[in-house]
Amino acid sequence: MEKKTFSSARVTQGFGFMLLRLITLLTVIPILGLVGYIIAKGAPAINWQFLTTMPTDGMRAGGIMPAIVGTLYLTLGTAIFSVPLGIAAGIYISEYAADNNATRLIRIAIINLAGIPSVVYGLFGLGLFVLFLKFGTSILAASLTLSIMTLPVIISTTEEALRGVPNSFRVVSTSLGASRWQTIWRITLPQGMPGIITGIILGLERAAGETAPILFTGASFFLPQLPKSPLDATMALPYHIYVISTQVPGMPIQIQYGTVLVLLIFVLGMDLTATIIRSRARARRQW
Amino acid sequence: MKKFIVEDLSVRYSDDNESLRGINLEIEANAITVLFGPAGGGKSTFLRVLNRLNDLADVKEMKGKVFFDGVNILDSQTDVIDLRRKIGMVFSRPVPLPLSIYENVAYGLRMAGEHSKAKLDAAVKNALRQSVLWDEVYDRLNDSGYAISGGQQQRLCLARVLALEPEVIMLDEPTSALDPVATSKIESLLTELKEKYTIILAPHNVQQSARMADYAAFFLMGELVEYSNGKEMFLTPKDKRTQDYVMGRFG
Repeated sequence: MEKKTFSSARVTQGFGFMLLRLITLLTVIPILGLVGYIIAKGAPAINWQFLTTMPTDGMRAGGIMPAIVGTLYLTLGTAIFSVPLGIAAGIYISEYAADNNATRLIRIAIINLAGIPSVVYGLFGLGLFVLFLKFGTSILAASLTLSIMTLPVIISTTEEALRGVPNSFRVVSTSLGASRWQTIWRITLPQGMPGIITGIILGLERAAGETAPILFTGASFFLPQLPKSPLDATMALPYHIYVISTQVPGMPIQIQYGTVLVLLIFVLGMDLTATIIRSRARARRQW
Repeated sequence: MKKFIVEDLSVRYSDDNESLRGINLEIEANAITVLFGPAGGGKSTFLRVLNRLNDLADVKEMKGKVFFDGVNILDSQTDVIDLRRKIGMVFSRPVPLPLSIYENVAYGLRMAGEHSKAKLDAAVKNALRQSVLWDEVYDRLNDSGYAISGGQQQRLCLARVLALEPEVIMLDEPTSALDPVATSKIESLLTELKEKYTIILAPHNVQQSARMADYAAFFLMGELVEYSNGKEMFLTPKDKRTQDYVMGRFG
């Protein structure tokens, strides 16, 4: 009797695990399929010339260099604004802010900011940076818009990374006569850094791949030359993909797939970097 | 000489856990004062008042006066960072900072603004000698503070405090996570250190309290039940509750 219950429980468990494994596998298939399909279709288009020359013939031939450079500029510009601000805000919320209603409100606001559709950020950027502050459609305006979109991600991951540092370190550091700032600078921040860097990369990765926020604020359909200053507009990979997929008749399909592949590599490369940093830091961690 | 004079100290946390009520206590310099009693009696809270480490905790109410060399350290004007440099603390679990052995010991001095490599070297060596750890780690000072055994880690934590040349050393159950050999090392160390320092020790058992106490204070549920010199306390306790606890009838 007892033996039977035991074995039937095992059968149920085995069945359950198999089902879970199957479902997990199902979720992975579309991702692998998508990446595989794009690599298969896009890889033939990619060569040195494709990556390093200007588009020609109404973008139907030549390379996509200005879009790649533009996305690099925008990502860099976003990093310049959002990284210091985001880390500072994360440190403040985790280490300084009192645990009261005001802080809770700020935290809720930040979480909600992360949920706002990106096109809303685009329109906000248009209103504030392009028109009101008169930056025009420019790398500056687009970077600032992307920064606002990226900030919540960086703030929350910084906060979380710092909270993950054991409180006993703070107590010990304080007991040895360190000020609060010294404790943060010497102990908490370095220990949280891997998590913070991961958050930065994930945030910037999203910024690099977004179309809507730069649509009204800095992205250009076509430019005959590279932007010369932060106040120039720029081409960018996501918007370029939109343009060549929908706005240019007679576009060779392999250029479209090639461009998508480049963006995908850019984004997945950042992802991979984040993963490596995280796993290395985890292996080195002593506590 | 009295190092601390505590007058009518009361502490209450926001969650009403382990509080202190009306503590009056004088702590002698260059002696080991033992605070003992069952868990939750207020020993840790008391220690964390003396170096104002309680500032980090969620304290709802604190009343009374604590004179350290004649100055009330509960005063809002107190330079708490300077205070903590004078009153070092060793915790129940050894918690090396996530730094090298060398940097763990040099930490307090660096935070105090000491940059001279020669001075730091000397201080680190001296502190590790005093805590009888030097011979075991001198050839791997750059290894992580976590690369050594638990007993060694606790002596590292003591060295870290000694490097600041404090006036007082407080130890909150410093041997609770250590084996008997490591424990006896720490105990004999403390007996030597009391020549130079005022030591306040909260042992994790009565036996250690009896072994170490020059003076002893029995804490029970936030109150100071009895205070006397060590011999009297453990041979002829006056209060019934102290007798029961020392005899092992509860706790």
